[in-house]
Amino acid sequence: MRTDDLIKALDADARSTAMPLGSAWWLAAGAATVIAAVVFWLTIGPRADIATAMHTMRFLAKFVFTTALAVSAFALIRALSTPSASTGKAAAWMIAAPLLVIIAVVLELLSVPAADWGTRLVGSNMVICLTSIPLIGIGPLAVFIAVLRYGAPTRPVLAGTVAGLLAGGLAATFYAAHCFDDSPLFVATWYTIAIAVLAALGALGARIFVRW
Amino acid sequence: MTGKDEAELSRLMRAAIAGDERAYADFLHRTAALVRGFVRRKIVHGGVDPEDVVQETLLAIHVKRHTWRQDLAVLPWVYAIARFKLIDAFRRRGRRVEIEIDEIAETFAEPEAETVSERDINRALDGLPPAQRSVVSSVSVEGRSIGETAAKFGISETAVRVSLHRGLAAIAKRFGAKQFGRAKQFKRE
Repeated sequence: MRTDDLIKALDADARSTAMPLGSAWWLAAGAATVIAAVVFWLTIGPRADIATAMHTMRFLAKFVFTTALAVSAFALIRALSTPSASTGKAAAWMIAAPLLVIIAVVLELLSVPAADWGTRLVGSNMVICLTSIPLIGIGPLAVFIAVLRYGAPTRPVLAGTVAGLLAGGLAATFYAAHCFDDSPLFVATWYTIAIAVLAALGALGARIFVRW
Repeated sequence: MTGKDEAELSRLMRAAIAGDERAYADFLHRTAALVRGFVRRKIVHGGVDPEDVVQETLLAIHVKRHTWRQDLAVLPWVYAIARFKLIDAFRRRGRRVEIEIDEIAETFAEPEAETVSERDINRALDGLPPAQRSVVSSVSVEGRSIGETAAKFGISETAVRVSLHRGLAAIAKRFGAKQFGRAKQFKRE
């Protein structure tokens, strides 16, 4: 087939009724949040003392970390799925969540006696954390991988990794409402590992499913 | 000249998405010529047929045109897709050819005309279900209109449009899938 012939065929199929990618991302964000919320309520649900916990800095700080991750990952993945979109600024914002966690860890180390560091880091919910975050995040991750397929990421594996971070940030936001371990030492360790699992799954998922 | 190209091509693409076939034909012919120039300049050692990459790029532009944001420039978007498809073509043939990452959209290619030879797209076309294949062939190689194709096969114009749309999407997908199969082969060797 000559290129001119190909153009005749493309031409006859000119009109596009496909949803713009930007809208698809917002739709996906909504669907992913609903999925995460449903899984969260069906499995673990919020902690019983959430009303009092809301008045503590450490509890609230967890939501700052996780939403910072989710919001920055959302901006970056939108850029990564669009050819020629500039990713520099969005990529730079990805430093925000880790930076906030590092600051909180330093403050925690300064305010808590060294003898308590170990117990605060280990906490009592390590296993629940490591299973719940991937469990809540896997559905949203599938949604994001589907949108990556719909989009045109020129670096699919990187985009898949960011999809995992986005799913991780979203899942961790819900999980944080359940968990009693509010210490930044716990968050920095176990949340990070659980989110890294989703990031790795995202990279793998993109490698397998995102081809265009 | 580049600025004028950009404004004109953006306008044509917007009209095309709204359903203007003449604008789309114009857009695709001009884009094909630019991409051909770009790809030929990048393929200096042979091994990859530039026209295959041009056709893959046009198909990708077509099935991914919802990823172009209408308030952004269209040429950088076109070249980003062309570069992705070019790197893919090299990888598929097990070649590690370095492409200068920095100079993509900035150095705009000169338009060039096509040369004829056996094409990857024919293999992709042959793999389609018979109904889709005959519709795509009729509209492309045989040069019939949607209406003429509908009359020839005794089906509605809507059915022709649906088959064409699905057939083109399937061809575009086949280009992507084939790359994966061959990449695995190369690892084993």
